[in-house]
Amino acid sequence: MTRDNPARPLRNESGIPIQPLYSAADVEASGGLAMLGEPGAYPFTRGIHPLMYRKQPFTMRQYTGFGNAADTNRRFKFLIDNGQTGLNVAFDLPTQCGLDSDDAASDGEIGRVGMAVDTLRDFEVAFDGIDLDKITVSLTINGAAAILIAMYLAMAEKRGFDLKRLRGTAQNDILKEYVGRGTWVFPVEPSIRLVGNTIEYCAEHAPKYSPVSVCGYHIRESGATPTQEMAWGFCIARAYADEVIRRGVPVDEFAGRLSYNFNIFGNLFEQVAKFRAGRGLWAKIMKEEYGATQPGSMWLRMIAGGGGGGLTLEQPENNIVRGAYYALIAALSGAQTMALCCYDEAYTIPSEYAQRISLRTMQMLVEEMGLAETVDPLGGSFYIETLTNQMRAEMERIIAETDAAGGIVKLIADGTIQSRVSAQAYRMQRAIESGAFPKVGVNRYRSATEEEHAVEMHPYRADDARAQIASLQQVRNERDSVAVARALQRVEADARTGVNLMPAIVAAVKAYASVGEITTRLVGVFGRYQEPLRFDHRDEPELAA
Amino acid sequence: MTDARPIRVVLAKPGLDGHDQGAKVVARAMLDAGFDVHYTGLRQTPEQVVQAALRADADVIALSSMAGSHLPFCTRLKPLLEAAGLGDRLWIIGGNLPAQDHDALRALGFKGVFQTGSRLDAICDFIKAHRP
Repeated sequence: MTRDNPARPLRNESGIPIQPLYSAADVEASGGLAMLGEPGAYPFTRGIHPLMYRKQPFTMRQYTGFGNAADTNRRFKFLIDNGQTGLNVAFDLPTQCGLDSDDAASDGEIGRVGMAVDTLRDFEVAFDGIDLDKITVSLTINGAAAILIAMYLAMAEKRGFDLKRLRGTAQNDILKEYVGRGTWVFPVEPSIRLVGNTIEYCAEHAPKYSPVSVCGYHIRESGATPTQEMAWGFCIARAYADEVIRRGVPVDEFAGRLSYNFNIFGNLFEQVAKFRAGRGLWAKIMKEEYGATQPGSMWLRMIAGGGGGGLTLEQPENNIVRGAYYALIAALSGAQTMALCCYDEAYTIPSEYAQRISLRTMQMLVEEMGLAETVDPLGGSFYIETLTNQMRAEMERIIAETDAAGGIVKLIADGTIQSRVSAQAYRMQRAIESGAFPKVGVNRYRSATEEEHAVEMHPYRADDARAQIASLQQVRNERDSVAVARALQRVEADARTGVNLMPAIVAAVKAYASVGEITTRLVGVFGRYQEPLRFDHRDEPELAA
Repeated sequence: MTDARPIRVVLAKPGLDGHDQGAKVVARAMLDAGFDVHYTGLRQTPEQVVQAALRADADVIALSSMAGSHLPFCTRLKPLLEAAGLGDRLWIIGGNLPAQDHDALRALGFKGVFQTGSRLDAICDFIKAHRP
């Protein structure tokens, strides 16, 4: 830390000046408490429920999945036995990219970064013995989301769960995949159609299911500031809402099931203010711009707690402590669900040991530290209230700027957002390397002769890949091939018209059509996404299309 | 630099891994270092990497891998690069590469192996020092 000039101007990552001291006058100058309100009441800045964690502590939902469905089922049960209250499923890259395990492009990738899923059979195994009424499941799937949502609903229905009461979440945020994460399949327009189709379908058939979790998270990982993360997340959610409304569904029939996934690393106060500001702003957008009347339509429901970009490969044990601070931030921010990054994540798929530490971290906050006892405990702090107002104003500025430049869909389709965030990521990397942006154990407090403790590496077993392919072959042999062909024909036919694709996809997965087979039919109609590769925005702080 | 022609780099994202923040940051560092950078984008097969390298007449073939499939991918890529007459170019790889795999990557012909946390200037300096 520089101590030579304590009065030197500081700015947070969102560009907002940070003062050494805040008073009531600063709160007033930033807009006062007009957007504060009460928890559980518009504009929900203090929380979406009156009693928040008193009534129900945040759901603990560690991101897990590897190998095949049986491996993953065992890890799910380990986490549930250790007190985890939700599941968050990681899929392997072939599944995420809409490829079957026996596709040539899947070679070397099957079951590596998540669970391999080819057909409904895999879902039946993965969730065997898990009570889906008690444990809600989040599917981290995007490019192939429509198919995997269909599979989840089909599996739950087959096991006798009432879809009208079934809760759960799919990530299903394709626009952010074009900015970061990269598991896109189809071009922008048909992809937005598919997201809209899933929202419309779930509103009718599984009204408690959250078909989308809009992710500022990965935009932030790709280089966005905290205010950009949330502002662009809102722009993306508006794009999906517009699509569903265009299809004739009233806003209050689906908006209550939109959810969010936000990042957490960085300055603690900036993050807490970001979430409080975002809650008020989203409520305002839904009420004033979309005319929503149901409180649930205005709720910013979110998962938070991850923050891979803040973790370090160097001195990995420090990530345990970072994870604890992230959990604290998420709890102070009123997140509905937490998924903490594990300390070994910069190296490998987290071990059971690392997962348990993350789980215990969250449990300590609830059961030892008093984080679940009082709503919005930082509310009323001069600093937090001032910063909340300033962050909200900055988010509104970014949204207006984005709309004026053609809107988020255009700016993602032409690569503007991608270029902008990667320019920012580059500047941040340079700042970390120069030491201008502090990272403990990376650019300071690090000796040349440091002894790194070994992290236990998750084993990759090539035999599992062969077993997965064999299992897919077996399903192909056993299923009714005429029914599959007919179902796939319908998927293709419906893709060519404007009808909702979900009924055809649900019918196809029930016939045990595979992820790759369905995706291939859709690619035949929609084509594939082509990345706009741009390296401009070198010195531009502002959004220039 | 003594040569008039800037160093030509084909920077590729092999396999299905979609984590491109690092690759794009490295691409920008290479551009600032004066290199002629051809970034392929995501989802490159070994055959596509070879085609990109031939098209650009690349001096350097650089891969960025974050999702663990570096060894199977590089094992498939090596004979294709050699068959295409690109065995004399500089091959490097960066990303989430466990220390236990570094020797295997070097044995496959990847002279530069850059683990997460490598400095941008170290990558660019290595290329300048080892360009063919």
